[in-house]
Amino acid sequence: MQLHSLTIREIHQLLIARQVSSVELTRAFLQRIREIDPKVRSYVTVSEELALEQAQKADERIAKGENVTPLTGIPFSMKDCISTRGVRTTCSSKILENYVPQYNATVTDKLAEAGAVLLGKTNMDEFGMGSSCENSAFFNTHNPWDLERVPGGSSGGAAAAMAASLAAFTIGEDTGGSVRMPAGFCNVTGIKPTYGRVSRYGLIALVSSFDCIGPMARDAYDCATVLEHIAGHDPHDSTTYQFPVPNYTQHINQPVKGMKLGIPKEYFVAGMEAGVESALQEAIRTYEKLGMEIHEVSLPHTKYGLPVYYLLLFAEASANLARMDGTRFGLSVSEGAKDVIDIYLQTRREGFGDEVKSRIMLGAYALSAGYYDAYYLKAQKVRTLLRRDFESAFSKVDLLLAPTCPTTAFKLGEKTSDPLEMYLSDIYVVATNPAGVPAIALPCGFSNNLPVGMQLIGKHLDEATLFQAAHAYQQVTDWHKQTPNL
Amino acid sequence: MTTIDTKTVKHIAFLVRLGISEEEAQTFSGQFSSIIDYFNMLNEVDTTNVPPASDIANAENVLREDVVQHSMSREEFLKNAPQSERGYIKVPTVLGEE
Repeated sequence: MQLHSLTIREIHQLLIARQVSSVELTRAFLQRIREIDPKVRSYVTVSEELALEQAQKADERIAKGENVTPLTGIPFSMKDCISTRGVRTTCSSKILENYVPQYNATVTDKLAEAGAVLLGKTNMDEFGMGSSCENSAFFNTHNPWDLERVPGGSSGGAAAAMAASLAAFTIGEDTGGSVRMPAGFCNVTGIKPTYGRVSRYGLIALVSSFDCIGPMARDAYDCATVLEHIAGHDPHDSTTYQFPVPNYTQHINQPVKGMKLGIPKEYFVAGMEAGVESALQEAIRTYEKLGMEIHEVSLPHTKYGLPVYYLLLFAEASANLARMDGTRFGLSVSEGAKDVIDIYLQTRREGFGDEVKSRIMLGAYALSAGYYDAYYLKAQKVRTLLRRDFESAFSKVDLLLAPTCPTTAFKLGEKTSDPLEMYLSDIYVVATNPAGVPAIALPCGFSNNLPVGMQLIGKHLDEATLFQAAHAYQQVTDWHKQTPNL
Repeated sequence: MTTIDTKTVKHIAFLVRLGISEEEAQTFSGQFSSIIDYFNMLNEVDTTNVPPASDIANAENVLREDVVQHSMSREEFLKNAPQSERGYIKVPTVLGEE
């Protein structure tokens, strides 16, 4: 039996039938990480001791039959920007290389309460800044489908770990496509929930008004299971919604017949790889066969999504990263410093990579006197128009279908010399975050043996419809079941 | 064509408390000019009477009672501090004369 290739619900059945223990399962995943991860390099830290301890506790819970959830005893990994007490949390940055949080993120606590088993922390672009995982200060992560290619970013380690079956599910974080874009490159299902659906407490902030923690898993059903456990109001994050979390899995089998699927015409334009476009068209036909009504819709401000997203990211990130200053935690370069300013200058110079330096400087520029109105304020106004685009589309349709990236996974090093070219790979995924709407990415085919991803974008707080639509598609297709040869 | 010269780059680097070399300032100067030019695309959009987005989760001011709660001990808190003394975080001179 290949334990590592099972869904969460299949593993759960084995666990409660006592056919396998969580400790056995955890050991199997740890062994697989030792064998496979030297090629993929998805994990920054493997928390073996904690994992076995949590697995032991999960087995006791199952033995007593007390408080057993669908996640009890299930091994998972977490993107390295989410705080884990006692387990190093680096954001793949030198400045936090040896930072060990003294507290858990709310998501970490919720998963621990559910009985899930933390295998370790996954690689990412430094502080989430990048689309290929090549901005990790430590090492590159390789795409399990072709080790010479990138896994996408910034949750590249999470997507690669999932594709290589190095965890039963994984927690990513999406600021402007960082769950969906790598999910597409690696043939994984992943959701960016509505902004405010999952607590950001303990998430090391990139863009506080965009950041969304979301799961990646084998399929939409598993993503729904995980989201049910991590979503909800948190007194520590006042932007979380008070509304109760729906039981997504209970309603996931509802038929999609009659749903109105919008195809944003601005997303299907020149520049898309032929194999990506044909896979998307095939997916639209599949939904038509499932009884959805297909409508062309317009999101007229689409081309401004990218500049709005990056401008606001730079501005918010420059403020958020001010806390990395070498005085209270993390790297501190104090040698020869004559005052505290010198510590700041030296620490940040040594601790940040070039992309981070570039972005925080551009952010300060966009916020500085004389430029604030032209850049930051202008971007916030166009953001309002982006939101109105979605509101107007959702007055006509229930959900939208779009690609996750214009191309399949590119080669390592292919786009590192030109930041603007790298930004363009985010063109389809960035607009949802300034608007706050949810979107699920799922596999929809292959182009030249590389995975193609699509995303379904939904109304605010309507993850339930996204899960139903993604699940219906995965009942009649098997793209999501394809795994790489490693 | 926007130009962000090395003098401006060095100035903003200091604003964000980032030490940079002359060589780095030159590289960034070239990159920034093309990125800022790209952002200028937003000028095409008519935003007359469009309010800036200010919230995203439609949250109003969220208030709670100011109740003292235990978070973590001083020793625990100071675990990550690069230098500490007598229960305080220690840094070099912040104010005053040399």
